[in-house]
Amino acid sequence: MASELINNTMRLRNLPHIWCPGCGNGILMRDVAQAITNLGLDRDKVVIVSGIGCSSRAAGYMNYNTLHTTHGRAIAFATGIKMAKPELTVIVITGDGDSSAIGGNHLIHAARRNIDLTVVVFNNNIYGMTGGQFSPTTPTGSFATTAPYGSIDRTFDLPTLAMGAGATYAARGSAYHVPQTTKLIQDGIAHKGFALIDCMAVCPTYYGRKNKKGDAVKMMTWQKENVVLKAKADTMTPEELEGKAVIGCFRNEPEVPEYTAEYTKLIERLKKA
Amino acid sequence: MGKKVLMQGNEACVMGAIAAGMRFFAGYPITPSTEIAEISAQELPKVGGRFLQMEDEISGAAAAIGASVAGVKAMTATSGPGFSLKQEHIGYAAEAEIPVVVVDVQRVGPSTGLPTSPAQGDLMQARWGTHGDHPAIVISPATVKETYLEAVRCFNLAEKYRTPVIFLMDEMVGHLREGIEIPEADELEVIDRTVNKNLTDEQAYAIPEGKYAPEMAPFGEGMHYNISGLFHDETGFPRGTAQSYEKFMNRLLDKVEKNRADIEKWEERFLDDAEIAVVSFGGAARSAEEAVIEARKQGIKAGLFRPITVWPFPEKALEELAKKVKRFLVVENNAGQMVIEVKAHAGNVPVDFLGRFNGSVVDPDEVLAKLKEEA
Amino acid sequence: MVNKRLIINEKWCKGCGICVAFCPKQVLVLKKGKVTKANPDACIKCGQCEQRCPDYAIYLEKVEEGAN
Repeated sequence: MASELINNTMRLRNLPHIWCPGCGNGILMRDVAQAITNLGLDRDKVVIVSGIGCSSRAAGYMNYNTLHTTHGRAIAFATGIKMAKPELTVIVITGDGDSSAIGGNHLIHAARRNIDLTVVVFNNNIYGMTGGQFSPTTPTGSFATTAPYGSIDRTFDLPTLAMGAGATYAARGSAYHVPQTTKLIQDGIAHKGFALIDCMAVCPTYYGRKNKKGDAVKMMTWQKENVVLKAKADTMTPEELEGKAVIGCFRNEPEVPEYTAEYTKLIERLKKA
Repeated sequence: MGKKVLMQGNEACVMGAIAAGMRFFAGYPITPSTEIAEISAQELPKVGGRFLQMEDEISGAAAAIGASVAGVKAMTATSGPGFSLKQEHIGYAAEAEIPVVVVDVQRVGPSTGLPTSPAQGDLMQARWGTHGDHPAIVISPATVKETYLEAVRCFNLAEKYRTPVIFLMDEMVGHLREGIEIPEADELEVIDRTVNKNLTDEQAYAIPEGKYAPEMAPFGEGMHYNISGLFHDETGFPRGTAQSYEKFMNRLLDKVEKNRADIEKWEERFLDDAEIAVVSFGGAARSAEEAVIEARKQGIKAGLFRPITVWPFPEKALEELAKKVKRFLVVENNAGQMVIEVKAHAGNVPVDFLGRFNGSVVDPDEVLAKLKEEA
Repeated sequence: MVNKRLIINEKWCKGCGICVAFCPKQVLVLKKGKVTKANPDACIKCGQCEQRCPDYAIYLEKVEEGAN
């Protein structure tokens, strides 16, 4: 018993999923499914690769070619798949820790190569699977089991990190803003090059509880009231943007050569020689 | 037979791999394996294959496994320190049942060790390096020709049993140049992945009666199953019972245990009337063989037992040999690794050991001196 | 003419309350940890509950006119 979208995109026998009540991951996984559906992609040619952590359980639920890999390495596996069979659409679902801590090296190098992968980060600002340790995106001053006195670590801004490494598409979405985030993911998948969509999830169980952010509804309400669309944010002053989060597309450069296409050209060139 | 060429061991590894159908290589530069990456970069695009220089050793293994998931025969190569970093994904490929060939051109360790002198200190790591119980197929060549031919066998076994195969080379053989005759394509047995087109997504990992490896199609060919580093049953997902986990692990281990006859391989020289059997592998076996030949000339009844498949160790063959010989002498370029295995299967026959782990190769004269001492 | 009907899959509902909070017409309430329709006639079939349900437990289903 599920909607047409869920019936067509998920492995029903594995649902309901393991995520906690109110976890943003379920909303974001649906956004990914909706984006794939909107693009009318051939199910046989869609590959979902994930790493380890709460986010990465998504691969097991999605009814495509799915590869649940090792912690931090999803982008490296995805790089091999895309390089071996460039005709496949390869989407990586990962988390903040998976993609930017243990997997940070693979993230920046995939961005640098501009290989046609779409990396969707379910960013809940915490390590959920291991019970609430701080991640590279946990805001400074936040509490976590490994930051019992408040985190002194500075944070990564993932789209900025990806752009610094050469990503040709970088965006941020949020769990509350479903149509906008779906469209950002959709555009990322359609983009011929490396795309990163940093999706603000909500983790009421660990991040929320440790930092007195309230339940899932309260955390979603925060997004509703404090997330600003990029077009609007562009007209606002830094003071007005204080304490807000901006979603939207920060970079979209479709003209940059894509890695696997360049390698294909190399093969063709050698054939003629 | 094909044309005669002078070839380096590392080059033979690549050319054998390409002859076996390797069309994808991902890796990271490290001496003494670097030529494998360099020659792959040069040769693969010529045959429509693809080469990736990755950001590190870990991603080199991951990308190779990814390519294999997409149905392309794939390899990664490394040396010593890099082999430590490959371990995570050797375990992943074993657990998730993905064919891949991992080459380790051994050098002195631990850590940076003595870069980049010859050694054979990764023998046990090749068997036990990744965490948890797992099957292991490890092949160690002693000549350039054998490197070419055994590279083909690495791919054949990986594809047949859907498991990682480790090609345990060493600096001596990797950097050695020998004249070899390149076999014609029709002289080589090349095994491709068996794919059962009738499998359903829900039973992607169903194992045919009497077989040990799954037969699902690669990604992109119409199936929609899940691959994971989690224990799995025929559905590709964990079932959550101790019995199902045990069944899974036994099948994984049985891939090797029940197919030892197909996987094991060793060479015997002068063993028919031998009183002392020298056991040696890879580059060290070259010195051992020379010493045995010289010893024979001097009237010592020595012979050579050389595992080519080092894991699974050819234990039955060694046990048979133990019934005939008076002594074993194990010769390795390490502080004593294969000797542990020999002692475990030698029964009451005394086992001596000659090891070098100072960056130099075991010298045939040292082996000969030891044989004379024992004779 | 295609109409829509609001369906609740109680088995999948984890009672987070997100659909209840963001329903613009206050159609939904939580009862014993599960979502139920307290005010079904007010439903405008906007689908905001379906979009934000993390558990896919509430959704709009297309029905032919005349069917319930």
